[in-house]
Amino acid sequence: MSHSFDDISQQLRRRHRKSARLKWISMGALGLAGLFLVLFFADMLNKGLPAFQQAYINTEVNYTEEAATDARQAIAEDLVPIVSRTEIREIPKEIRNDEDLIGTSEQKWLLVNGEVDQYLKGNRNKLNEEEREAIDERVESGQVELAFNRTFFTQGDSKTSERAGILAAVVGTVMTMIVTLAISFPIGVMTAVYLEEFAPDNRLTQAIEININNLAAIPSILFGLLGLAIFINFFGVPRSSPLAGGMTLALMTLPVIIISTRAALRSVPDSIRHAAFGVGCSRWQVVRDHVLPLAMPGIMTGSIIGLAQAMGETAPLIIVGMVAFIPDVGASFTEAATVMPAQIFTWSGEPEHAFVEKTAGGILVLLAVLISLNAFAVLLRKKFERRW
Amino acid sequence: MNRILKTTVLAAAVMSVAGVAQARDQIRIVGSSTVYPFASYVTEEFGAVSDYPTPVIESTGSGGGLRLFCNGIGDGTPDITNASRRMKPSEFERCEENGVTDITEAKIGSDGIVMGQSNENDELDLTLEQIFLAVAAQVPEDGELVDNPYENWSDIDSSLPDREISIYGPPTTSGTRDAFEELVMEAASSEMDEYEEAYTDIRDDGAYIDAGENDNLIVQRLQEDTGAFGIFGYSFLAENTDALNAASIEGVAPEPEDISSGDYPVARSLWFYVKNQHADEVPPMYEYTEMFMEEQMIGEDGYLKDIGLIVLPEEEREEWRQKMADRTQLELSDLE
Repeated sequence: MSHSFDDISQQLRRRHRKSARLKWISMGALGLAGLFLVLFFADMLNKGLPAFQQAYINTEVNYTEEAATDARQAIAEDLVPIVSRTEIREIPKEIRNDEDLIGTSEQKWLLVNGEVDQYLKGNRNKLNEEEREAIDERVESGQVELAFNRTFFTQGDSKTSERAGILAAVVGTVMTMIVTLAISFPIGVMTAVYLEEFAPDNRLTQAIEININNLAAIPSILFGLLGLAIFINFFGVPRSSPLAGGMTLALMTLPVIIISTRAALRSVPDSIRHAAFGVGCSRWQVVRDHVLPLAMPGIMTGSIIGLAQAMGETAPLIIVGMVAFIPDVGASFTEAATVMPAQIFTWSGEPEHAFVEKTAGGILVLLAVLISLNAFAVLLRKKFERRW
Repeated sequence: MNRILKTTVLAAAVMSVAGVAQARDQIRIVGSSTVYPFASYVTEEFGAVSDYPTPVIESTGSGGGLRLFCNGIGDGTPDITNASRRMKPSEFERCEENGVTDITEAKIGSDGIVMGQSNENDELDLTLEQIFLAVAAQVPEDGELVDNPYENWSDIDSSLPDREISIYGPPTTSGTRDAFEELVMEAASSEMDEYEEAYTDIRDDGAYIDAGENDNLIVQRLQEDTGAFGIFGYSFLAENTDALNAASIEGVAPEPEDISSGDYPVARSLWFYVKNQHADEVPPMYEYTEMFMEEQMIGEDGYLKDIGLIVLPEEEREEWRQKMADRTQLELSDLE
């Protein structure tokens, strides 16, 4: 058998062509993925950024006798169709609680209603020609203007689009995550420490290991059903509460924390353990003083990623009743609350057009939180990671 | 430090579970996703105007809501459930068995289900039978039932446009689907001799497309896919009149008056049910229900009309308001 020089050089060219082709295809795949990402972000920013702006109107609010029964009397009659109803509906209650208010008046920036707001942003709205002209005049005189939307960050959900904000959902998310972390972090780390440092290598521990790996891949809605059956129906944890939601999500986060903690523990070289044993440390001392501190950056990274995953979860929370309408910002772990992805889901189903930008705005806030969490995890790893 | 914080939080959480009080200021409401936008509007208003906290309202579907409602009395069961259909006698019996014996019923308005399409199409008139033939899994042909052969609307009736049959509709879990099956499919199939009983199977060869619970999604799809129809609630049509129009059914267009009077054939009533046995335990309950029944909510110039509720005629509103004020007890005979 002999190959001529030509044969060999031809074969070589063919192989090089194949390599080049693979490289181009891989680059194409990367480019396509990047394109999707850019398109997604561009669409979200385009739709969501207007949500951070809101039209306000500068007017005088008069706390008169009449306003105590009919809130509309508190503002000039021609402003009633422009000002958001949510701004004035509480006036009778305020007067009832504080009689001294009667006779006073106040110059304020009030929310305008959703239709006017949408008109000023150039979106679809139901105003007629006459109303549009009246608004244009007020904009020219500076009485109405678009400004930063404080309400979006200081209020809970509302059925009136101009009043709807994400604060209740943010607070709900924080409370839920506190419960999740308080339960899954200690249990997860302890389980991993036992499995990695103490447990004998036998059939039982192998079976447990396989099951933990499988648990991490289970569809999250099943954890919701488990949470409903055990926490709510059996233990009587209040439905829709951050406690119920947090416990359910803790079940989901546990396997992630166990797996990442075990990986972190395993990456601590045995020489450290041997040295500690050599100077007479007990197992407890070895784990507490040497292995755990060295593994901590890895454990934290894994936990933060598990938490970020739990934060974006809606399916199990539908089952435990956290996809609810929550206008008041929650104050306790047992009161009904909602979380950010659930809030986005609720807004996406509203018929009013103004909620489209709220939905996209909510997505932007959630994305910002998730990206900063993940960036924090990367930072932790970069700063504290040790290589041996 | 971290550990102390976490222990405190956990302890506080456990203690607050143990301390759930007997009397509750917060009303718990479940039920229909169709009534949900209206009811949550009222709950928000109630939370803002009264001295009580905003009631918690969950959208569980009419059937799911009535199941939770009839689970019994006391903590852990809802005080009020919303429904986009009337309570069934079987559900009433289940309530009785579980000790829920004193219920008051209220009708708040109506909702129409529309066959919407993109504005680019001419307005159209369909009969119930034509809609049935477009969506049924099996249709009669020469006295026998065969798999639905119709691909274009013009195959069903030559007067209809030559457009491919493509319908975006709600999935089986939705109350809108239940109502569509009952008001269109059962009504049409009972008129045809070939079916021995009411027929509600929907074809799965791709002409009927499950579009998920989100009606907004159907509205968006119709703007892209201009040849298709969508099945959704009237409020979504009212909000999108610049992009969509709706077919008239049996010659009646889905206008508020005709939906309310029942002339439009695919209309249903919206209800809520109150558990009177919770009145002592949940003091603000009747304040909420009375606010719901007020003219400023469900009336001719009410707020709920602005967000798509179809109001009842005046006498009927008066009648149901009175029943709520008297706490009239619901009887099995009312439902049959």
